[in-house]
Amino acid sequence: MSQAHEASLTNHDEHAHGHHPFHQHHFATMEQQFDASKIGMWLFLATEILLFGGLFVGFGIMQARHTEAFVAGHHHLDWQMGALNTCFLLISSFTMVMAVWAASNNKNGNKQKVLITNLILTLGFAGGFMVVKYFEYSHKFHDGLLPGKFFHYTGPDLVPNMFVFFSFYFMMTGLHGFHVLGGMGAITYLIIRSIKGDYNTEYFTPVDLIGLYWHLVDLIWIYLFPLLYLIS
Amino acid sequence: MADVIASPAVHTAEHGHHADYLTDPAHKGIWSWMTTVDHKRLGVMYLWAVLGAFFVGGIFALLVRLELMHPGEDFMNAEQYNQAFTLHGAIMVFMFIIPSVPAALGNFIMPLMLGAKDVAFPRLNLASFWIYVLGSVMAITSILVGGVDTGWTFYTPYSTTTGGSVTMMTLSVFVLGFSSIFTGINFIATVHKLRAPGMGWFQLPLFVWGIYATAIIQVLATPVLGITMVLLVMERAFNIGIFDAQIGGDPVLFQHFFWFYSHPAVYIMILPGMAIISEIIPTFSRRTIFGYRLIALSSVAIALIGFLVWGHHMFTSGESALAASIFSFLTFLVAIPSGIKVFNWMATMYKASISLDTPMLYAVSFLLLFGIGGLTGIFLGALSVDIHLHDTYFVVAHFHYVMMGGTVIAFLGGIHYWWSKMFGRMYNETVGRIACGIVFVGFNMTFLTQFFMGSQGMPRRYYTYLDQFQPLHQFSTFGSWVLGAGLLIAAVNLFSSLRGPKNAPSNPWGGTTLEWQTQSPPITHNFVGQPSIEHNPYDYRHFKIPTDAV
Amino acid sequence: MNTWLRNLFLPNASSIKAEGVDDLFMFILWLNILFFLLIAVVTIGFCIQYKRRSVNQKTAHIEHSTALELTWTILPLILCMIVFFWGFNTYMQAAVAPDGAMEIQVTAKKWIWTFGYPDGSVAVGKLWVPVNKPVRVIMHSEDVLHAFYVPAFRVKADVLPNRYTETWFQATAVGDYIIPCTEYCGKGHSQMKAFVKVVSQQDYEKFLEEGDPEEKGLPPEKLGASLYVNLGCSTCHSIDGSKGQGPSWKGIYSAQHKMVDGKQFAVDENYIRTSILQPQAMVVEGYQGIMPSYQGQIRERQLVALIAYIKSLK
Repeated sequence: MSQAHEASLTNHDEHAHGHHPFHQHHFATMEQQFDASKIGMWLFLATEILLFGGLFVGFGIMQARHTEAFVAGHHHLDWQMGALNTCFLLISSFTMVMAVWAASNNKNGNKQKVLITNLILTLGFAGGFMVVKYFEYSHKFHDGLLPGKFFHYTGPDLVPNMFVFFSFYFMMTGLHGFHVLGGMGAITYLIIRSIKGDYNTEYFTPVDLIGLYWHLVDLIWIYLFPLLYLIS
Repeated sequence: MADVIASPAVHTAEHGHHADYLTDPAHKGIWSWMTTVDHKRLGVMYLWAVLGAFFVGGIFALLVRLELMHPGEDFMNAEQYNQAFTLHGAIMVFMFIIPSVPAALGNFIMPLMLGAKDVAFPRLNLASFWIYVLGSVMAITSILVGGVDTGWTFYTPYSTTTGGSVTMMTLSVFVLGFSSIFTGINFIATVHKLRAPGMGWFQLPLFVWGIYATAIIQVLATPVLGITMVLLVMERAFNIGIFDAQIGGDPVLFQHFFWFYSHPAVYIMILPGMAIISEIIPTFSRRTIFGYRLIALSSVAIALIGFLVWGHHMFTSGESALAASIFSFLTFLVAIPSGIKVFNWMATMYKASISLDTPMLYAVSFLLLFGIGGLTGIFLGALSVDIHLHDTYFVVAHFHYVMMGGTVIAFLGGIHYWWSKMFGRMYNETVGRIACGIVFVGFNMTFLTQFFMGSQGMPRRYYTYLDQFQPLHQFSTFGSWVLGAGLLIAAVNLFSSLRGPKNAPSNPWGGTTLEWQTQSPPITHNFVGQPSIEHNPYDYRHFKIPTDAV
Repeated sequence: MNTWLRNLFLPNASSIKAEGVDDLFMFILWLNILFFLLIAVVTIGFCIQYKRRSVNQKTAHIEHSTALELTWTILPLILCMIVFFWGFNTYMQAAVAPDGAMEIQVTAKKWIWTFGYPDGSVAVGKLWVPVNKPVRVIMHSEDVLHAFYVPAFRVKADVLPNRYTETWFQATAVGDYIIPCTEYCGKGHSQMKAFVKVVSQQDYEKFLEEGDPEEKGLPPEKLGASLYVNLGCSTCHSIDGSKGQGPSWKGIYSAQHKMVDGKQFAVDENYIRTSILQPQAMVVEGYQGIMPSYQGQIRERQLVALIAYIKSLK
């Protein structure tokens, strides 16, 4: 940073100095800014893993205590819908990778359309995931397979403490779904800014970071699906 | 280092005193403060907020001690007393001590020490602050709306079945946790990426190492607290069946979840305090620190091993003998790095040039009081002895010695040490020393007797007690008044200095770290020019003590 | 000195486990004192000896000393390991009750302790045991967490609602030893206590046959006054008119009480008896129905005594 630049302590006019418009001034270079942002996102992902980790541990312990109830409960989960959701998320992760690639290789707008298309596809598959989720949930509500004190299922395979399984099912898939929705909001933000032409080889940090976040959301589902739907 | 950048004294003479971050005309008015991304302004706002929380938590403490003057009801009934000790604990832990050093001093000083203009994510820093405010407002609301009487540890099944605003308080803890997490993320990225050119990891000031190790814990442990609070709310509101024994849950599972965060949390509390001591002692000894690398690495060791010992809070909870033994063993291991630090600090004072100004008095107090706190931890780590001492006043004394005799004393030392840097004014040194002395005496009066009360069998969280304990309780209550008076004098001394002109020297103590190479208070962008590093910190061999040093 | 310190910190050791715990406690205490003096003397000594003499005084540039660093890492480590093994050992030795130990069922609920004896009898607030015999307590809670702690015996174990926990002790001296609840359990936590009554084998057997000797021969009113405290009534019911979790007993005999369902009853012998045995049937307006039932835990003689006592509270 030049002395002349430093001398102007009061008003800043970024564009007058030939800086990238998204270059924040406490960083010496765009590269430093990008590296720092990535560290920040990886750390945030670590916190997400620990957050979900607590639920996974709780699930494991409760499953050991109420094995029969958990087996009975998991039979009510439609593994095909779960598998479909897994496919949706995996494909959306792939389209997200394509979006990041497009953004990082976007020179003079030559990959802009690819970027926008892939972001929209990602959003679409995420939406598909939520739609399937809606159908799954409404089926459970209909059967009375609800968490905690709302549980009122009366089918022939009713087992004591079955409600605990559904407490965890709804908490874990609910928290995950909440993160999917958050991701969808973030991707929508990326679409808007991509249309404005903000992302290119010099600056594609938000695409990269939200891409990382999206992969984690996918990864968590990859663990949730077998744990809840498949293991008996 | 003094010859690398133009010294601020020269700079001022040539250009006149630059607008500092407090009065920067480009950032004037309440709105600019409320939306600031300047780490210094955020540090100051955090400082007022945590001191406010300390004051409120302290009032509850005085009320608790006052009620304990006599057995039976003095002016509070049992339910009010239970709320008083709960709120004392919850406010002190979540609203005061966890944010205190990192958010107030870490935010202000760390970027300066790194030669940086700000933290890595200034806007995230602003978000952290407002999230802290939101969580605090929620906590205060829960106090006013129904009160909480579960103890700050929220053990189930009492917390899932009792009345009051437990849900609101638990959610406020959840929110406050995010403030802590975001601060941790910010600090780690800052230390990795925003060091001045030439500042390698082993040229970092030890304050930075301490804050960095703390940030690791903040990032890894706090999410577990978050999910624990969510599970508690879910159990309370929806009977999900995880902690409530009557519907098949396991109350001890809550303890495991809770302490998995809350034990590392105590290292979030002490590591920054130790980090401050690592700055004060070499500066006021005008000597290089002894064992720099060991102190730095022991901070990280404490952070990591600290994740493995949570079960030592549960030796009597019904955990297996095997688990208890492993936790006891690891607990003794985690004690060693703390001991190493204490000895290294003492060795730093050997053949030194010591000046017992107020910050140094606090640092010496720390050595003695944290010494007692850490040593008494040995009683509690030993399995057979802990069975006798668990949940008695012995534990209360131990943790007050480490948290208050340790962290709070260090925090006070740090505030006095960096006060002139932050505000450009110096407090009254004589009053500062007297206040430190009163705090030291009052603190010991309050808490020393609690060790033998506890080992004699006085349980904690007791509203009334056997007559035999009355003299000790009364002595402790008198001590709390002396302690409160000392703290009040220290506060008045500091705040009244703010009325004066900003004429403090930029390096009154002769410190070698970068924050002293800029004016007091600093300009908004911290430094004029990019500072670069030629010496290790605390190297006094070629360091020129400024002529206007104290 | 050692004895003085031991007495300052610890109650008389009254069980076979206690001595072992106390020995380790004293060892750690001396370590504490030693290291604290080391820290204090050296630190304050350095402050005095190396007080700054001049502004530009030169100091020694000592960055490290491998010998010192190894010493103060290894020595504390060795001491800590000694303490760990000692504590671990004592703990493991005491972990399992000896074969043939007498078993007592302990029930905790807000805010009273109930003890079930091998012969089936039940007592509230007093645990009678013979001296010099091992006693195993098997415990559970009816509501929240509590903890069974006998400071004089150095034993403690949490009492849980979802499973049994246990501990054991062997008293070495006749006497009364307090059992304060040591896991926070709400309003009555600090009043939730019981007593271990250690007596000779002979007196213990007499207790099993004839009941609580402290109650024998006491006129009903005096017995009632003692039961008022020992059975935990005092936690919720005052005798001076002040409102607690439950109605005050002052002047209630023959008064009219209104229930939450609107019904009115005179407070007579039957009212009092029902309130003690089936408290949920007689919830007074303005109070919550949280009183635990004493069904099966209170004897006729004790009921009569309480009624007499209440009658006497004008």
